Amino acid sequence: MLKFILKRLLSVIPVLWVVATITFFLMRLAPGGPFSSEKQVPEEILRNLEAKYHMDEPLPMQYVRYLGQVAKGDLGPSFRYTSRTVNEIIAETFPVSAVVGLLGLLYALMIGVLSGIFAASKPNSLRDYLSMAFSMIGICLPSFVIGPMFMLIFAIKLEWFNVSGWNEPKDIVLPALTLGTMYAAYFARLTRAGILDVIKQDYIRTAHAKGLPEWLVMFRHTLKGGLLPTVSFLGPAAAAILTGSLVVESIFNIPGLGRFFVQSALNRDYTLVMGTVLFIALLIVVMNLLVDIAYAFLNPRISYD
Amino acid sequence: MSGFTRVLGVFLPLVLMNVSCTKCNKESTQALPSAQSKTGQTFKEAADQTLNLGNGAEPKEIDPALVTGEPDGNVVFNIFEGLVTLDNDTLEPQPAVAESWTISPDGKTYTFKIRKNAKWSDGSELTAEDFVWSWTRVLTPMTASEYAYQLYYVKNGEDFNKGKIKDPNMLGLKAPDKYTFVVELAHPTPFFLKLCAFYTLNPTPKQVVTKFPGQEWTKEENIVSNGPYKLVEWKLNRHIKAVPNEYYWDKDAVKLKEIYFYPIENSDTEEKMFLSGKLHLTNTVPPLRIPKYEEEAKKMGADATYRAFPQLASYFYRFNVKRKPVDDWRVRRALALTIDRTALVKNILHAGQVPATSFTPPVHGYSFKGDLPETVTPAAIAEAKKLLAEAGYPDGKGMEKIEIHYNTLEAHKKIAVAIQSMWKTNLGIDVGLFNQEWKVYLDTQVKMDFTVSRAGWVADYPDPNTFLDMFVTGGGNNKTNWSNKDYDHYIEQAGQTMDEAKRFDYFHKAEAILLKELPVLPIYFYTRPRLATPLLKRIVGGKYVVWVPNVIDRTVYKNFVLVEKI
Repeated sequence: MLKFILKRLLSVIPVLWVVATITFFLMRLAPGGPFSSEKQVPEEILRNLEAKYHMDEPLPMQYVRYLGQVAKGDLGPSFRYTSRTVNEIIAETFPVSAVVGLLGLLYALMIGVLSGIFAASKPNSLRDYLSMAFSMIGICLPSFVIGPMFMLIFAIKLEWFNVSGWNEPKDIVLPALTLGTMYAAYFARLTRAGILDVIKQDYIRTAHAKGLPEWLVMFRHTLKGGLLPTVSFLGPAAAAILTGSLVVESIFNIPGLGRFFVQSALNRDYTLVMGTVLFIALLIVVMNLLVDIAYAFLNPRISYD
Repeated sequence: MSGFTRVLGVFLPLVLMNVSCTKCNKESTQALPSAQSKTGQTFKEAADQTLNLGNGAEPKEIDPALVTGEPDGNVVFNIFEGLVTLDNDTLEPQPAVAESWTISPDGKTYTFKIRKNAKWSDGSELTAEDFVWSWTRVLTPMTASEYAYQLYYVKNGEDFNKGKIKDPNMLGLKAPDKYTFVVELAHPTPFFLKLCAFYTLNPTPKQVVTKFPGQEWTKEENIVSNGPYKLVEWKLNRHIKAVPNEYYWDKDAVKLKEIYFYPIENSDTEEKMFLSGKLHLTNTVPPLRIPKYEEEAKKMGADATYRAFPQLASYFYRFNVKRKPVDDWRVRRALALTIDRTALVKNILHAGQVPATSFTPPVHGYSFKGDLPETVTPAAIAEAKKLLAEAGYPDGKGMEKIEIHYNTLEAHKKIAVAIQSMWKTNLGIDVGLFNQEWKVYLDTQVKMDFTVSRAGWVADYPDPNTFLDMFVTGGGNNKTNWSNKDYDHYIEQAGQTMDEAKRFDYFHKAEAILLKELPVLPIYFYTRPRLATPLLKRIVGGKYVVWVPNVIDRTVYKNFVLVEKI
């Protein structure tokens, strides 16, 4: 197992290198640049700007320079937010996204898995249809609808929370709920499908035949196999949810990473694009590794040794 | 009741709709007595003097030398101060760091007297030497200031910035003593004094700029400034907090205790924050909600929170005059004659924008009455059809395909679609639309790969020159391929004439050429819709007056106060 983890950790390096290379050159292919603006900058000033950011060098040299920097853990200064480095921006905004994401994820897992179990425990019953109908709504309603809806109900009508902002601990709640709802719906459907798959297996029938109570069969036997699809979705979902969402962050005006991820691309803030892409890639790789490890515990047929 | 308590007058309906810019500035002071009797409300200073503002996007930068954006400017204008500042209403230069100045008869030498009590927020003295250093810094190539060209008027400024001159001592900037700052210009520049209020020309604190690497001096723990306020907190995408600068020379005029600038990009969120009392002033209003607010404002009068303010900004289309069919001025004029500008403003934009019959919005005593129609008249259509026929396209037949190019945004799309249908109805020509993401759109414009392209221009300083010098031959922002010798001549002459009336005459002549040849298609002049609490007042002559943002949307929160009703 340890060997497997080490091997996987080592494979992170080539993965990140490929991601960095593709992003670097794709980004430079996009028309426009960090210094293009509505008020056209005179040619000479543009050259001053390019010199300052080493953009006057040939592209391969810039690429090598950048990789050298990244190897040292330095993601460079942001082109747009000039008084901050990319490292600082990530350090300042990721914790916000992560806290909101973590809470959202816990909420999504709890609601999603429970309602999945609830639905699967009596397939094709009213409870199944009801919970699946709700999860369908959860999937279909985009967060830019759910967010303002929550805001309207809980912040403006009931006044339980602030409309937006990031000043008190309770400001986490609405963004986390908004973020989690869609994932809860996915988790519910995946859990239900997973359980229904397992429930027809021989070993479950055996467990029933031995006279085990229904809940014990569910939690000891069915769930172990039934959760596999949910767990494999958890990896990418966790990476996505932890790095924040542009929509949720701008609706609730919270200072997370998601906004920078999207806006850096629109601003052609080359270093910030690279930095956030690499950071998120790293997160996805690590999450997937965790998922693979969890697999080994859930499914005895999988072994990494 | 405090001595400050005054009866307040409100004159909202006058300001609400598109009164011309020069007019609305006057109204803010003259309306007091008549409105007194109507509302009869009295106010006193509120206990809590914390002002919360919506500031659009997260500022990129707060180094005056590097700043270019509006959210950045809003902060910089309050924490830094230049030699002069512009009066909130008249936009005339007022003494600031410079207590007085003299201009040589040839208009080329400006001598500023720096006030002796001018200080940085760390308590150190602010001297003429600071200006020499700061302006030199802006012009130094390695500073890479995008707005360095605002100082190209200084003698040798352009050559120094372009690296043709290496010696900073050759710049026309001198400090003969601590309190005298002498600027020598390359040419007489009539608007130079107004430019001195622009952020690029603000002083920057040498003592910290040189102390920290890169731009780290602008961090909350390092920054030193010289304006009425100083920055104490800068939380990324959360807020910027400014408090009064105790070393400011005119600190008694600073009444607010704290200002929070909130970066809120989502206008719906901003509106909800305003409605729940978290903001005193919004940056904008969601476009779809404007009709509702306008309706409300009419009923509420004095207590209305919604207002739309005229701006010194022009919305227009550029023609690529090297492309058929718009290479012919007759085609361009036909297109310009058949747009119903009033309908666009009323039915699509809603916020009291002004249909543009000329290119330059009325500014500072300058206005040009163009002959473009506000609404489409049968006469205009007849003239347009005749022009099209003369250009060789009777009823639009045989005309090369025109596409309207714009950056991806709902409002631009709506306008383009409406104009598309106006041209179809009035001239019978089919026009295509194509939109591009912002940076791609800019790239297309630079490469001149368009026939008709949407554009906007916001004034840097309150003078027609900021609009009209754009279209001189080869100008970086010309982007039309248009060139006219007479036009170039008039703009050049205007740039060297100190007499205002003569200068405006040159501008009139230039704009007449522009509107005859129409390399651009004027559409409307912007307004800025805002939600603002009626409790935010300016103190003018010891009286509370309703604050009317000026046409360049530049506000220094000096002599501002939050009040409450008694």
